[in-house]
Amino acid sequence: MTGRGIVLGLVSANRRLSVEARGLLRSHKWWLLRRASQVSLLGLFTLGPLFGIWLVRGNFAASDIYGMVTLADPYILLQGLVGGTSPAWPVVTGAIIIALAYLVLGGRVYCGWVCPVNVVTDTAYWLREKVGLTRDRKLDRRARFAILAATLLASFITGTVAWEFVNPVSLLQRAFISGIGFGWAIIAAVFLLDLFVARRAWCSHLCPVGAFYGLIGRGSLVRVSAANRTACTDCGACFAICPEPHVIVPALKGKDSPVILSGDCQNCGNCIDSCPVDVFQMSHRFAEDVRKHPDRRTHVGS
Amino acid sequence: MAARDRKTEPRKIDRRTAMTEMARGAGVVCLGGFSLAALVQASGAADARALRPPGARPEDEFLASCVRCGLCVQACPYDTLSLAEWGEEAPVGTPFFTPREEPCYMCRDVPCARACPTGALDSGIAIREAEMGVAVLVGHEDCLNYKGMNCSICVRVCPIRGDAITLEPGEIDGRKIMIPTVHSGSCTGCGTCEKHCVTGHASIRVLPRDLGLGGAGRNRAGRAT
Repeated sequence: MTGRGIVLGLVSANRRLSVEARGLLRSHKWWLLRRASQVSLLGLFTLGPLFGIWLVRGNFAASDIYGMVTLADPYILLQGLVGGTSPAWPVVTGAIIIALAYLVLGGRVYCGWVCPVNVVTDTAYWLREKVGLTRDRKLDRRARFAILAATLLASFITGTVAWEFVNPVSLLQRAFISGIGFGWAIIAAVFLLDLFVARRAWCSHLCPVGAFYGLIGRGSLVRVSAANRTACTDCGACFAICPEPHVIVPALKGKDSPVILSGDCQNCGNCIDSCPVDVFQMSHRFAEDVRKHPDRRTHVGS
Repeated sequence: MAARDRKTEPRKIDRRTAMTEMARGAGVVCLGGFSLAALVQASGAADARALRPPGARPEDEFLASCVRCGLCVQACPYDTLSLAEWGEEAPVGTPFFTPREEPCYMCRDVPCARACPTGALDSGIAIREAEMGVAVLVGHEDCLNYKGMNCSICVRVCPIRGDAITLEPGEIDGRKIMIPTVHSGSCTGCGTCEKHCVTGHASIRVLPRDLGLGGAGRNRAGRAT
């Protein structure tokens, strides 16, 4: 009983309505899946260095999957290209494979399902809410595109992969695979920024990696849909828990497609988890066609 | 399907505002770009103690092509290589080794270079052609051979002995000595000599080639006559 009390005390207020309506597990389903994805992907890369089990080699920047295929980060390659390198084929094909994968899955699936910094910033956001730090220094969410352009400009000027000299995403994934050194300070800075300065400051406003994948995600196939939006009770849980709340508005409150089409959406499923009346579901970008079949469950109002 | 852009901009923006906004955006990009570029310039140079894996492109090209994946590091059977952590001798995330701790054992198949997916390491490199650095006898005052002893450990451990390093007769204060002499055409900079040098602080060390070698021709900064 008290154990359950402690667990409920840890639950974010934004999930509370959903927990009451649908239970602890269903209100954390996508969150659990995301954490499992993040931990297992990073874990896969640490199996070799820690236990000598070499299923995959390398890290998130470029990897060798069971000696069969090379994967590579398209953003890092792009910086190198702007920096003037003429890359070898494995890194080029690897980057194309990854870009295509995110074109299907949703570009910012990288952020919600892969990136280890997401765990840091989600924790900062959770703590921010728990201790009632509501003062928010509003940042411009377009800043990340300016920073993305700036990293390419710096790569061009210096002839290097410039963002990799500071990139917290690369630093943190390498921390578990090879080591980070004093780079912990950068990760701590991101945590403190998100905790004390601005709501979701890093991932939703500043990070150029997320901005890059967001651009890929503008055309991606897998999308969240507010399919059952007529049931919405205006409780506000989804807006409060969503890392990019602006993406929900047109789908939930608009007259057109109920599919969330913005490239900023991480397909994290926080909205699905937090909704007490099952408005949202994982879907795909062409799902609006179901409007033509009003007998389906996913009809839209008026 | 709604292929149209979903950027909802209900208010009309006149040309003047649009120009100002564009200029502001460009300014912010330049601010960020120049700041990052300045940081990269300040921290981008590898310390002379950090050596690159065999087959590495020249440093300026290397920093544009290496993606910091660590495949070379994991391919090394001797754990010689590591990816630089923040604050270490090389730019963060790039592979390097310090021979005094662990030298390159000059594998014939060069697994580190073969593993590189980016071309930052030349995967076709023959290990004898590698130019990781060049050994230089820096500690003449401490080298045991210069003191007249027959240490010669650097010569005996060299994997290319007889070519990369030889003992040449010399004379100091009327005493015959045998001087370990590096031949830069054969030395790959593997660092085995530095690793095994018996003095407390290695008397023979691998330096980057531009630091460790003289050059023919005239000093352009020297005297006119």
